[in-house]
Amino acid sequence: MASVITTPEKELKVVGTSPVRPDGVPKVTGTAQYGADFTLPGMLWGKILRSPHAHARIRSIDTSKAEKLKGVKAVMTSKDLPDQKFEYVGPERVAVNFWHMTRNIMAREKVLYEGHALAAVAATTPAIAEEALKLIEVDYEVLPHVIDVDEAMKPDAPLLHEDMITRGIEPAPTKPSNISKKIEYKMGDIDAGFASADKIVEMSFRTAPVHQGYIEPHACLARTDADGQAEVWVSTQGHFVVRTMVCKLLSMRTGDLRVHAAEIGGAFGGKTVVYVEPVAVVLARKSGHPVKIMMSREEVFRGTGPTSGASMKIKIGVTREGKIVAADALYKYQAGAFPGSPVMNGCMCGFAPYDIPNQRTLGYDVVCNRPKSVAYRAPGSPISAFAVESTLDACAKKIGMDPIQLRIKNAAKPGTPLVYGEKINHAGFAETLQALYKHPAWLKPLGKNQGRGMACGYWFNGGGESSATVHVNEDGTAVVATGSPDIGGSRASMAQMAAETLGIAYEAVRPIIADTNSVGYTQATGGSRVTYATGRAVIDACKKVINEMCARAAKIWKIDVTDVIWEDGAARPAGARAGEFPPMTFKEIASKRTATGGPIVAASALNAGGQGPGFAAQFADVEVDTETGQVKILRYVAAQDAGRAIHPKYVEGQIQGGVVQGIGWALNEEYIYNKEGKLDNPGFLDYRIPVASDLPMIDTIIVEVPNPNHPFGVKGVAEANIVPPMAAIANAINNAIGRRLTELPMSPPKVLAAIDAGAK
Amino acid sequence: MQETRYELPKTLEAAVALLAGANGQARVLAGGTDLLIQMRGGRVEPALIVDIKGIPEMTAIAMDNGAYRFGAAVPCMVLVENKEFGKVWPGLVDGANLIGSIQVRGRATVGGNLCNASPAADTVPAMMAAGAKASIIGPKGRREVPIEEVATGPGKTSLAKGEIVASFLLPKRAPRSGDAYLRFIPRTEMDIAVVGAGVNLTLDDKGVCTHARVAIGAVAERALMVPDAAAALVGTNVDAEALKRMAAAVSAACRPIDDKRGTKEYRIKVSGVMARRAAEIALERARRKS
Amino acid sequence: MAKVHVEATLNGNAVEFLCETRQTLLQVLRDELHLTGTKEGCATGDCGACSVTVDGRLMCSCLVLGAEVQGKTVQTIEGMADGEKLHPLQQKFLEHAALQCGICTPGVLVAAKSLLERNLNPTEEEVRYWLAGNLCRCTGYNKIIEAVLDAASEMRRS
Repeated sequence: MASVITTPEKELKVVGTSPVRPDGVPKVTGTAQYGADFTLPGMLWGKILRSPHAHARIRSIDTSKAEKLKGVKAVMTSKDLPDQKFEYVGPERVAVNFWHMTRNIMAREKVLYEGHALAAVAATTPAIAEEALKLIEVDYEVLPHVIDVDEAMKPDAPLLHEDMITRGIEPAPTKPSNISKKIEYKMGDIDAGFASADKIVEMSFRTAPVHQGYIEPHACLARTDADGQAEVWVSTQGHFVVRTMVCKLLSMRTGDLRVHAAEIGGAFGGKTVVYVEPVAVVLARKSGHPVKIMMSREEVFRGTGPTSGASMKIKIGVTREGKIVAADALYKYQAGAFPGSPVMNGCMCGFAPYDIPNQRTLGYDVVCNRPKSVAYRAPGSPISAFAVESTLDACAKKIGMDPIQLRIKNAAKPGTPLVYGEKINHAGFAETLQALYKHPAWLKPLGKNQGRGMACGYWFNGGGESSATVHVNEDGTAVVATGSPDIGGSRASMAQMAAETLGIAYEAVRPIIADTNSVGYTQATGGSRVTYATGRAVIDACKKVINEMCARAAKIWKIDVTDVIWEDGAARPAGARAGEFPPMTFKEIASKRTATGGPIVAASALNAGGQGPGFAAQFADVEVDTETGQVKILRYVAAQDAGRAIHPKYVEGQIQGGVVQGIGWALNEEYIYNKEGKLDNPGFLDYRIPVASDLPMIDTIIVEVPNPNHPFGVKGVAEANIVPPMAAIANAINNAIGRRLTELPMSPPKVLAAIDAGAK
Repeated sequence: MQETRYELPKTLEAAVALLAGANGQARVLAGGTDLLIQMRGGRVEPALIVDIKGIPEMTAIAMDNGAYRFGAAVPCMVLVENKEFGKVWPGLVDGANLIGSIQVRGRATVGGNLCNASPAADTVPAMMAAGAKASIIGPKGRREVPIEEVATGPGKTSLAKGEIVASFLLPKRAPRSGDAYLRFIPRTEMDIAVVGAGVNLTLDDKGVCTHARVAIGAVAERALMVPDAAAALVGTNVDAEALKRMAAAVSAACRPIDDKRGTKEYRIKVSGVMARRAAEIALERARRKS
Repeated sequence: MAKVHVEATLNGNAVEFLCETRQTLLQVLRDELHLTGTKEGCATGDCGACSVTVDGRLMCSCLVLGAEVQGKTVQTIEGMADGEKLHPLQQKFLEHAALQCGICTPGVLVAAKSLLERNLNPTEEEVRYWLAGNLCRCTGYNKIIEAVLDAASEMRRS
C-alpha cells in the first residue's frame, strides 16, 4: 500500500517493478545457508569466556585445567594475538583503532564490561566446550564501574582507560577522563540569532542504549591450512572488512585469507565489525581442525555493541512567522568500553534537514562500562533527531503553526549550508514533506486520549568502494558478481539494473555475492550505499559488456564499431549508411563469442561519491491508556525520497522495517543495568522489540526526486526511516495527553508518571 | 559434567517412585518451557528428568457431575481449544491463552505454571479465583490442597520430595457465574505479567453478587487471595462504587518489588486498574449466563 | 552416559538418531540430522525462529528434548514444499516480498501454516496475534501479514 510519486521519465521495463528475488526459494524452503549453517568434517565447536564483571583488572588467567579436559583441542587468550599500535586510522567519522579492537576481541589488562571476551576454547562438542570454560580460572581485581554518560563525565568517575586524554580540545587537558573526544561545529552568530527570535524553546533529553536486535546471532566457521592460508564463512555485512580486520589482528597477509559471505540474518550495522572470526581462525590454527563459533542470544546482548544512550540539550529560536533563526545543541553519547560512539554523526545530522543560519553543535564521545557501541541504522542520527524534532514540535506549538508547514518553511535545499562546512547537494526534502502533508489522514480528526505527531529524519547515505564483474554465458544468460552481502534484497536490484541496462530479461541475470578472492574489493553493505554505489559498478560493467557486444557485431558485420548502437537488448547498425543488417540480440552475439574473440567479461570498480542523502518525514497516530500509560499505535505514515525505487516492494520493506525498529526504540527497548553494572535483560523476553500484534500496517509513500549521479536516479533508502519515529511518537503522545516525554523509552510507567505529575 | 537420565513412566506410581528415590537433582518435565530454559542457563542441572506426559491422568480433561478435572500436564493450547471448558471457565482460559506465544502454549501446562512458582504465573490467579484444588500424589499417597497453598515463594512450592501435582479439580459452576483474568504487559503479547488479576463472581437472579473471589499475581512473592476485594463486591450490584472499593483493596494488598518489569508504585497503581477491568469482564460473563 | 536412541517420523519419512539427554530437538535437527532450515535465534522460546510442529502441534523446538519425539511426527520447514511445488504460503511470501534477511522466515512459515490448518479465514488481527511469537526485525511484519492473508484467500479458492 505505497503510493509512488514520480517524475515522468523514459519508460523502464525492469527497474521499478517488484520481481521475485533470485535467492527467494532457498530462503522459503530452509536451504539458504546462514553463518551457523555451515559444517566441515572434523569440525570443532568454539565457545568464548566472558567477564562476569563490569570493570576489573585481570591479574591472571589459568587455562591449564581447561586444556586437560577430554575433548578440548585448543584454548586461546589475548596472548595468541599480537598487540597493535595505538593510532586512529581512517576518516575521522569512522576512524578505527586496532589497539582498541584487539582488546575488544580478547581483553588484556582489564575487562571493561560484563560480557567482555577474555578466553576461548574449541572442543569436540558444544557441551564439552561449555564445561571447559568453567575450568578456566581468572583472578580479577574488581573495580568500580560507571555506565551512565553524565556519571562517566564527572571528574571523580572511575576511569576505563587510565591515560585517556580528550581529543579535540586545544590545549589538551592534563588530567585523563572518560571523555574520548569533543566535537564542535559553529556557523553564523548564535547569540545574535537567539536575540532575533520571538520564541525560544530549550529542553533536555535522555535516551537509553538499544540493540540492533537482529534475530541471527553472530556465527562463523573457520578453517586453516598448514601454509598459513585460511578460509572463513561468516554472516557479515562486509566480508572484505572481515578480511582486513582479521588479517590485521592476526598479522596475516591479505591474500592468504579467503572470506565467504554467508546469507545474513539481519545486521542493521551490528555486523560491520568482527567478534568471533579472529577467535575461530586462531582456534582452527591451534587445533588443526575447522572451528565453528555461534554466539548465544545472551552473548549477543552482553558482548556486542548496542548503540549509544545519550544525554542531550537543545535550544531553538523561531520567529513568529516560523523561520528558525538559531539552533544550539549539546550531545553526550556513550561510546561503550572503547571510543567511537556515533556522536559526530549525531552532530552533523541533527539540524541538517533545515536552513538555519546560526547554529552551534557540541558533541562528546564518552566511554563507559558497557559493550563498545557499533553502528545501528543511521548511527547517531536517530538519537539527535529525537531531541531536535521534539524541540521543533514544541516551537511549532508556541507559534501556533502546523508542524509540517514549519518544516517546509525551513526545509534544506541544494546549496543550503550544513554546520560542518559542506552544503546540501540534493533536492527531495521539501517534496517529501509535501507528500506527507497531502496524505488524507494528516488532517483527520482523532478521539479522546488520541494524538498525532510528526517528525523528520536525515541521513548522509554512503558511497564508497564497490566492484562488479559481469560474465556472459553462451545462451545469453549473465552472471553479475558483486562483493556486497545482501541484507535486504539488493541482489534483486542488481539483477534489475543489469537487466535494464543490457536490455535482457530479469530472469536471464544471475546475481551472486562472490567471495573475497573472486571479485574486487567492496566496502561493507551499510550506509544505504549498495543500490547506489554497487549499482553504479554493475551498470558500468554492463555498459562495458555492451561495448564489447557492439564490437563483436561490428566484426561480424565487417563495419566500424562506431557504426553500431545498442538498443532494446540488441546491436543495430547506427543508420542506413552503416548497412542493412538485422539486429543481433544479446543472446545471438553471446552464442558466437568463441569465433569473434572469446569470452565476454567485464569488470568495473569505483569509489563512488555523489550519493544523495536520505530524507524521511513521518507521522504517527497514537492512543494512550491513561490508567496504565500504555501507548497504542493506531496509524503510521512514512514518506521517504528514494530518488528512484528500483524494486518498490523492497523500498517499502525498508521503510516499514526501519519505522518498526524506531517504534520499539520509542516505546519499550532499553538496556537495563543493575547496580553491579550487569545487564538485567539479555534476552528477547525482557529486551522488548515490537511483536506483530503491537502494530498496525505501516503506510509508505515513496517520493522520487532522482539523483543525477546515478544512471537510474537512486538514492539509498535503508536508513533515514529509523530517524523520525521516536520524536514522531513523543509528539503524538504530547498531543494525546498534553504531556511531553523527553526520556526514551516512553514505556508505560514513564507515561503514567507523566500523566500523574502533569509534566508539560 | 552432570549426566542426565531421561525417564518416561507410564503410571503416577512409577513417576513418584522415580522422584522419591532420586539421588541429586530431579525434575518433572511437562512442557519444558521453564525447565529447558533453566537448564540452558545453568540454573538447574538435573541428574534425572521425569517426563510425565505419558501418564493418562495428567493429560486428561473430564467433567464429572458438573465439575471439571483436568490433568496437570494438559498443554495450554488444548485447554484453549476445548470449547466446552471455555464456556464454563473462560477466565481460566484467559490465563492459559496468555502464557508466552502460540508455540509456548503448545507445550506449557497449568501444572508447570503452578509448580515453577513464578509470582507472575498467568494461570494461577484465575485458578485461585475459581477455587481450584490441586490433587497431589506422593510417596505417602494422595492429598488435595487449594491452589493458593502450593506456591510458597519465588521458585518454591509446598510439595515434598517425590510429590507431583497430578490434576486439578474445579468446583461445580453455579448459575450466573463468570470469571476473567487480565494482566498488564508493556507490549501486547510475549511479556511476563507486570500485574495479573483473576476475578470470579456469582450473581443472584436480581444481579446482586452473592459470591466472589479475587486473586492478584506479580505483586508479591506469590499470587495472593484478596478477601477484602471480594468482600467489596459481595452484596452489591458490582457498580462503579463497588468496583472502586474493590480496586482500592487490591492495591492495598500488594507488596510488590521493583524489578526490570515494573516498579512498586506502578504495580500498586495498575493492580487496581486490572482487577477492576477483570471484574467488569467477569460481571458481563456472569450476566450472560442464566 | 549412553545416548538416547530415538525413532520418529520427520517430514513424512522415518528417521532414527542418537542424542544426548540434554540435546534439544532444535540441536538434533541442526547438528545431528543436518537440517539447518530451523534456526536458533534465542534458544529460550522467545523468538519463534525454531518453530516446528510435533504431532501437528506448533512449538519451539528449542523447548523440546530430542528424546521426547520418540514415536512422534515432526514437521519442519524442509517438509513444507511438495518436491518442487511450493506451498501457497511460500509462494505468496516471495510475491509479497515478505522476507528481507529471511532468518525468521522458516519459523513464520511453519507457524502460519499451522494457523491456516485451523482457520482458513483469519482476520488481520488473528494473524498478528497468532504470529506474535515469531519475531521479525527486518520487515515490520507488514508484508508477512499481507502474504498470509493472501495465501489464505488463495487456499480458500482452491
